[in-house]
Amino acid sequence: MGSTTTGGQPAYYIPQPSHWPITGSVALLLMGMGAAFWFNGVAAGPWMVGTGFVILLVMLFGWFGTVIGESEARLYSKRVDMSFRWSMSWFIFSEVMFFAAFFGALFYVRNLSVPDLGAGSVTGNTLWPGYASQWPTAGPYVAEKFTPMGAIGIPLLNTIILLTSGVTLTIAHHALKAGHRGSLAFWLFATVALGFTFLGFQIYEYMHAYSELNLKLSSGVYGSTFFMLTGFHGAHVTIGAIMLLVMLGRVLKGHFDAQHHFAFEAAAWYWHFVDVVWLLLFVLVYWL
Amino acid sequence: MSSIPHDHVAGHGHDAHDHRPSGIMRWVTTTNHKDIGTLYLWFSFTMFLVGGVMALTIRAELFQPGLQVVHPEFFNQLTSLHGLIMVFGAIMPAAVGFANWMIPLLIGAPDMAFARMNNWSFWLLPPAAILLITSLFVPGGSVSAGWTMYPPLTIEAGMGMDLVIFAVHIMGASSIMGSINIITTILNLRAPGMTLMKMPLFCWTWLITAYLLIAVMPVLAGAVTMLLTDRHFGTSFFNAAGGGDPVLFQHIFWFFGHPEVYIIILPAFGIISEILPVYSRKPLFGYASMVYAVAGIAILSFIVWAHHMFTVGMPTAGLLFYMYATMLIAVPTGVKVFNWLATMWKGSITFETPMLFALGFLFLFTMGGFTGLVCAIMPVDIQIHDTYYVVAHFHYVMVAGSLFAFFGGVYHWIPKWTGTMYSEKIGQWHFWLSLVFFNVAFFPQHFLGLAGMPRRIPDYATQFTDWNMVSSIGAFGFGLSQLVFLWAVIKCVRGDGEKAPAKPWEGATTLEWTLPSPVPYHTFETPPVVK
Amino acid sequence: MERTSKGIRGQRLAAATFAALSGLPGVALAAREWNLQTPVTEIARQQYELHTFIFWICVIIFVGVFGVMFYSLFKHRKSVGHQAEQFHENTVVEIVWTVVPFLILFFMAYPATKTILAMKDTTASELTIKVTGYQWKWNYDYLQDGFGYYSNLTTPLAQIENREPKGEHYLLEVDNPMVVPVDTKVRVLITAGDVLHAWWVPAFGVKQDAIPGFVRDSWFRAEKVGTFRGQCAELCGKEHGFMPVVVEVKSKEDYAKWAAEQKAKVASAAEDPSKVWDEKALAERGEKVFAANCAACHQATGKGVPGAFPALDGSKLVLGPTAAQIALVLNGKAGTAMASFKQLSNTDLASVITYTRNAWSNKTGQAIQPAEIQAARK
Ligand code: HEA
Ligand code: HEA
Ligand code: HEC
Ligand code: CUA
Ligand SMILES: [Cu+2]
Repeated sequence: MGSTTTGGQPAYYIPQPSHWPITGSVALLLMGMGAAFWFNGVAAGPWMVGTGFVILLVMLFGWFGTVIGESEARLYSKRVDMSFRWSMSWFIFSEVMFFAAFFGALFYVRNLSVPDLGAGSVTGNTLWPGYASQWPTAGPYVAEKFTPMGAIGIPLLNTIILLTSGVTLTIAHHALKAGHRGSLAFWLFATVALGFTFLGFQIYEYMHAYSELNLKLSSGVYGSTFFMLTGFHGAHVTIGAIMLLVMLGRVLKGHFDAQHHFAFEAAAWYWHFVDVVWLLLFVLVYWL
Repeated sequence: MSSIPHDHVAGHGHDAHDHRPSGIMRWVTTTNHKDIGTLYLWFSFTMFLVGGVMALTIRAELFQPGLQVVHPEFFNQLTSLHGLIMVFGAIMPAAVGFANWMIPLLIGAPDMAFARMNNWSFWLLPPAAILLITSLFVPGGSVSAGWTMYPPLTIEAGMGMDLVIFAVHIMGASSIMGSINIITTILNLRAPGMTLMKMPLFCWTWLITAYLLIAVMPVLAGAVTMLLTDRHFGTSFFNAAGGGDPVLFQHIFWFFGHPEVYIIILPAFGIISEILPVYSRKPLFGYASMVYAVAGIAILSFIVWAHHMFTVGMPTAGLLFYMYATMLIAVPTGVKVFNWLATMWKGSITFETPMLFALGFLFLFTMGGFTGLVCAIMPVDIQIHDTYYVVAHFHYVMVAGSLFAFFGGVYHWIPKWTGTMYSEKIGQWHFWLSLVFFNVAFFPQHFLGLAGMPRRIPDYATQFTDWNMVSSIGAFGFGLSQLVFLWAVIKCVRGDGEKAPAKPWEGATTLEWTLPSPVPYHTFETPPVVK
Repeated sequence: MERTSKGIRGQRLAAATFAALSGLPGVALAAREWNLQTPVTEIARQQYELHTFIFWICVIIFVGVFGVMFYSLFKHRKSVGHQAEQFHENTVVEIVWTVVPFLILFFMAYPATKTILAMKDTTASELTIKVTGYQWKWNYDYLQDGFGYYSNLTTPLAQIENREPKGEHYLLEVDNPMVVPVDTKVRVLITAGDVLHAWWVPAFGVKQDAIPGFVRDSWFRAEKVGTFRGQCAELCGKEHGFMPVVVEVKSKEDYAKWAAEQKAKVASAAEDPSKVWDEKALAERGEKVFAANCAACHQATGKGVPGAFPALDGSKLVLGPTAAQIALVLNGKAGTAMASFKQLSNTDLASVITYTRNAWSNKTGQAIQPAEIQAARK
């Protein structure tokens, strides 16, 4: 074992050589190349993506399984726990910046490019006569009409669902710290259920947009930013919900105790982050 | 577990418990920061050769006017891939290689905080490289719109562009994981007594670099994701007809791209700050202000990006803001330069190869910094934007800057890594040849740019012939000189040379020199105590 | 000819080699082509002077800083027995070398700001020309006078492929330069039809990206009569190096004469769209239109560039129903390099389509008439 022992307690756990990383790399190579093929009509594309994805799943199960095993074997010292905390914080920061790119795009089109394309500017007068820039817009040249997504209705409902899920998750956390495992499992389950309900509503909303509002990815910048931001968020909710589901599984298997449950906390941090992003989305995409 | 035979490293108790596969599987599955550092460095050098051969093809085509070596569309692919491969494949992995090797040794940590994830950070790079190289061979060829990938050209391009987009995604993931690892290691694994303000400066520069990486790599990923959806899923982010704007991509790209250039230079600053005190036999001058200067550069780097876009037609207020902010970066960078000079001042200086490269760095990087400042003066940039002046500027800061610093770092630490001293004679040859040919290759490009030669062209008007010939000759000379480096390194790796003592450099003070050379496979399993 | 060009090349090579070996390229070669071009507008002059000013400040700092360094390297060597002192801090000098550069920057920023304000002032212009970048040519549209034209590279392929000696203005020559009057404030509205380009005339100090879908403006007032040359300065695809910008500055009288001629030409060139042409006449004319507009991508051989630009020779679309081809050429195909060519006249379009249907191995024998194009226009 590569860990250091100072007085019997491992000071820092260094894992053994592992084949999981290279497995993941092969998976991503297949998926990247496969997707490029797929988007350009090469028949092998979807198969490569599929194979890569399966390998990725195997890798995720294997890798996380190993980590869980190590954790349950109590190989992780306080210091390792601290490492996990730092890393999760920075990971969430990187996600914040990922979203920032898309929010930045939204800001830019609403405040700079769309106004510049409209009547009154040199651009508008010379190239796009008759285009009055307003928001939402499909741009000066996309002819198809669409109805923008309103804030009241499903989006508001989804806001309430997500906010509630934040509360239920916090209750679950308190239950965990207090050692009430039944209550923990219940509230965690409620959180997961709320998360998937949110997703269900979002899928419904998308179908509604496509079939009744004629609002599509191709509906100019409004459609682009709307689906990119909400879709990217939806993907994060999915990941977060899966993380919580895994935590629920572990809770049912008897993992975690009042002191030793960082995995749970990490999933919770992630969930709250997804929550906050949704609030921004609700205000900036649906409402204003 | 089975007991697999492992390397010597006699007298090291823990080795008895160490299981590591042999042969290639050792490298594929390793969780050891030294192995991973070595992998990074070799990967980087390989990519440097690939990107360098592309550069030489470019220079061969530009040796004289007319089209002779490659077709224009292939020329553009070479330029674009040369930029991408050098930046993402050569320079950044080299910096991460140094981080992996040295940070745990410098702060007295047993390894990186997440040794297994560390392996993945590295092993994501070969797939990305495979995607980049494959893109050359698919119908339509690779990205041909420059390493900056501006739409609409990249919207129209063929399948190669998608491969490049996914390569960028994967390299981004690698960088983010690597950075999280580095930050966590530095914040959490320092030996007792090693306070932040006692850390060797290299750790500081990497701490801040890693922060920059985590902040901007996702933004790049976002930018290329929008390219992807514009290409295949009908979105209009970068298309005016749908209300988007091609310039939006440039803003997002440079929000990443400008911090990126400091990601390229800050680890180099760190290495220089380790080298100069050793060969001057004098402590680093102004440690605290060095730290603040690096932090200042990092913060400023977020608000200057549009200096790459002075010709897109921004409003006056924007032009002024970005010009002033950009110029301000000269202040913290100046602080660093002056501190380095003061470090040498009244020292007891010797000129081993690492020191030579550090001095070459100082001299040429500052020159590149000054030409950067000239670019920052917006009315002047109107003339030199997208000309060879800019090409000269960035090769001064990236090749004579980062690359020279990394060469210096290799010579400085290779005795520790391999246990064998490099040949001082070969090292000196490598330095002087590189120095001379570098300038022959890139100095004339300033003239070309001023006189009006645009960049990214395979053929040029006849008045640019002379300087292009000079530049091409220099480029080939510079390329060949790198074989000398390869020779020097291989000699050390094969143990062909003097045996290195634990502390080969008289002025060395940092922790790694307290360990034997070559360094044992596992180090600092019991943390040292720093007074 | 052969001999001289070889001779020159030989000389150049020798000079270049010498320069490379001497390590001081600047000394070896005549001091030509190493600075900004001679300005012919007030703005370009300010840019030139600003560059000179900044350059010298940088040189002075550089010499100062590295003077210190080399002094130290020389005096504080171990080999001359210098003992290292151990100081590592001095608040006063650290403050000084933070504040002084800041002040220097201030002196640089001040004149730069003045020039920027002048550059951005496009008001009170006397002539407005719309400049549109296409792959790979420029279009100049004299908005007030109602005429416009394309400006194509004229350097023959043989020179580019080294089969003929290169001319004096190799790669910097066009068929129809932009023409402007001297001493007149000309405002240029710059845009692009397909991808990014940048319109650049060094002597005027104007470089402005051409952005598809957006118009950006700039201006210049040329002070001298003459021909001024620049190039496209934003990567725009494979012929990016082959799209020069040439501006001819004429005296005011000459300009007026020229403008009048252009207007007259427009009037006389207005073609009768209902005229019926025969296939041969169309194909002949079409060959020229093809060479000017299409051959860059689809190649003169009609074979295209595999993977990038489809072959028209043997193309199903070209050999198929006429309406589909007319629609494609007229409207382009979104998301590909195949741009709309609706800016060409009906006759030009009819002839180029006829040409593609009868050139190479394509032998449909069909003639497409201008009226059909007119009908297909929306
Ligand atoms: C290692 C990478 C690196 C570094 C460190 C820098 C450093 C700087 N760069 Fe550079 N730059 C690039 C890499 C880098 N750059 C690249 C790759 C491009 C082109 C990308 C592309 O288009 O493909 C580019 C392009 C680029 C442009 C755009 C040019 C154009 O396209 O038109 C500009 C404009 O402002 C610029 C400015 C600067 C400035 C002001 C600095 C400053 O940080 C420099 C500061 C240093 C000094 C000034 C010297 C030391 C200081 C003193 C000794 C103090 C005293 C000095 C004074 C008071 C003046 N750079
Ligand atoms: C850190 C990054 C980095 C590095 C190290 C380099 C290194 C070099 N670069 Fe690069 N360059 C960029 C980053 C870098 N470049 C970027 C970002 C661009 C912009 C791209 C764009 O416009 O999109 C660019 C663009 C660029 C251009 C402009 C192209 C154009 O506009 O069309 C040119 C032209 O001269 C050039 C030349 C060189 C040369 C000669 C080297 C040399 O230093 C390379 C030397 C190395 C070798 C040659 C390999 C090692 C040696 C061997 C393999 C031995 C065999 C050798 C022989 C047979 C001689 N580079
Ligand atoms: C900038 C490059 C470019 C120029 C100039 C250009 N084309 Fe094209 N053309 C393309 C590309 C790319 C396609 C393929 C579009 C696609 O993906 O379907 C194409 C497709 C075509 C096709 C359909 C071929 C097929 O088999 O599908 C025809 C016909 C055609 N072009 C005619 C012309 C004519 C006529 C001109 C000049 C008036 C012209 N093109 C100029 C790039 C160009
Ligand atoms: Cu047009 Cu470059
Ligand atoms: Cu920059």
